[in-house]
Amino acid sequence: MNVATTHTLFRQHGTPRRSTEEGRIDIEDVSVVFGSGPAAHTAVERTSLAIPPGEFVCLLGPSGCGKSSLLNAIAGHVRPTTGAVRVDGVAVTGPGSDRGMVFQQYSLLPWKTIRENVALGPRLAGKSRGEADATAGTFLNIVGLSLYANRYPAELSGGMQQRVGIARALANYPSVLLMDEPFGALDAQTRLVMQENLLAIWKEFGTTVVFVTHDVDEAIFLADRVLVMSAAPGRVISDIRVPLPRPRRPEMATEPGFVETKRQCLAVIREQSLRAFENQER
Amino acid sequence: MTLAAIIRPEAADTEAGSEEPADTRTTAQAGAGSGQVMPAPKSRQSIASMLPRLRDAAIAGLALLLGVVFWQIATERDLQYIVNFSNVPGPLEVYEAFLANITDPVFHTHLLVSVKRVALSFALATAVGVPVGLLMGRLRLFRAMAMPYVEILRPIPAVAWIPLAILMWPTEESSIVYITFLGAVFPIVLNAMHGAEQTPEVLVRAVRSLGGSGLSIFWHVVLPAALPSIAAGLAIGMGVAWFSLLAGEIISGQYGIGYFTWDAYSMVRTPDIVVGMLMIGLLGSLSTNLVHRAMRPLLRWREKAR
Repeated sequence: MNVATTHTLFRQHGTPRRSTEEGRIDIEDVSVVFGSGPAAHTAVERTSLAIPPGEFVCLLGPSGCGKSSLLNAIAGHVRPTTGAVRVDGVAVTGPGSDRGMVFQQYSLLPWKTIRENVALGPRLAGKSRGEADATAGTFLNIVGLSLYANRYPAELSGGMQQRVGIARALANYPSVLLMDEPFGALDAQTRLVMQENLLAIWKEFGTTVVFVTHDVDEAIFLADRVLVMSAAPGRVISDIRVPLPRPRRPEMATEPGFVETKRQCLAVIREQSLRAFENQER
Repeated sequence: MTLAAIIRPEAADTEAGSEEPADTRTTAQAGAGSGQVMPAPKSRQSIASMLPRLRDAAIAGLALLLGVVFWQIATERDLQYIVNFSNVPGPLEVYEAFLANITDPVFHTHLLVSVKRVALSFALATAVGVPVGLLMGRLRLFRAMAMPYVEILRPIPAVAWIPLAILMWPTEESSIVYITFLGAVFPIVLNAMHGAEQTPEVLVRAVRSLGGSGLSIFWHVVLPAALPSIAAGLAIGMGVAWFSLLAGEIISGQYGIGYFTWDAYSMVRTPDIVVGMLMIGLLGSLSTNLVHRAMRPLLRWREKAR
């Protein structure tokens, strides 16, 4: 299959590409605090952000910096302690199929076949089995796993499982795609292929993507905008626009724009780490 | 890297040094034509796997034979060493009694009545125990309410329930079913509860993000996640159902294999005592086996996990 046939697939299935008006995310003064009293831990502190529709944003930061908590606040899995998240102007009060989510790993239902996993979203939305299976077929085709439709997740490699995870999230035609270090557990080669694959899909869909990672190269390669987060308390400390054209190619990693952006990201991260070190010594 | 490889990463996976085992891919492609994944040819594998199973069966048969031979000698010689064998019927007497009973319609009724009681009690215990256990595993409040009842009532043996059961229930039949139900329900509840507790939270989140909530989370995530544990609970529950049933039948009723056994003791038909005991053992093990078999198709996905 090539890009042309992917186009055809999309056309056959109505309009998966969202209107450019949909998928706007507004994060307004959001804090996420876990626990209370002296044991309270502030994962995200008073963060405000606006992500326009169709943008690909990476949340970059060390582990434990609250980037997953911020993502989960958008997803509705975590309720912000202060502030609110709005998607297209509507306040997020819980998880919903308008915000598709791809997890780090092991999030496919092991008792359902690949097809059943992907068809679950449409089924929950009240589609008939036939309709849901057809949608699942389309999206499995897009991620190149049609041959594995009748397999169980445990029979697939990690990279393949993550592709199913992406297909499953997309099968609901979400306006926002939230990805929590989805390629973190994959080996380097597979990860590169997955990144290109994801960009190809994103190009067709035009969904807003919020992608959490701790890998600087991954963030720059994928994103329009890299938001660097600091740890304890979690806060967005830098908002860096990636000056690279699309489509992105792996060779771009050596281009001046890439290198300069990487230098900026690393400088911010380094400054942050040094401060954290000093705080520990004090 | 080609565009095709980007859109269809299998090709790229191969380039990148094949991340999945080769056999997975070939079988999947072999099945692609019919749109179905065909199972690997099984014949050669099954012949090889039959041999150890045959050997195990032969050893089991031999072990049983050894037991029967000892039993025969012990009863023939009136062995009296700690245990008194002089009043125990020998295997041949038991065999004759068995042959006499197996053609007797009254004996059939005894068996049938017991099987019906267990089937009814077990069905009720499953219908009540599985939902209650799952709810206890997922809902803190419900668990806090139900747990004290489980903890206090569970250790009470079936025999201790008999007087109250007779007073509580309108018919003898219903009190026997009640006692049998109680025996089966607790292991089913507790295992369903432990199973539900082990539901991976990430799966719950995943299904919520797909638009699932409440009942659909239970149906698509909690129940299947708990199923292996539920299956274990059902098998244990079936075993306990049989010995609770026996306690009920010994005290009351005019039919049932427990009544038959106790009646044989009262009437000093010693070979029939052993026939009754062996039938109970046989039925108990058969029905437990049936539970395992019934659950197996629901757990097939686990065999796929390496």
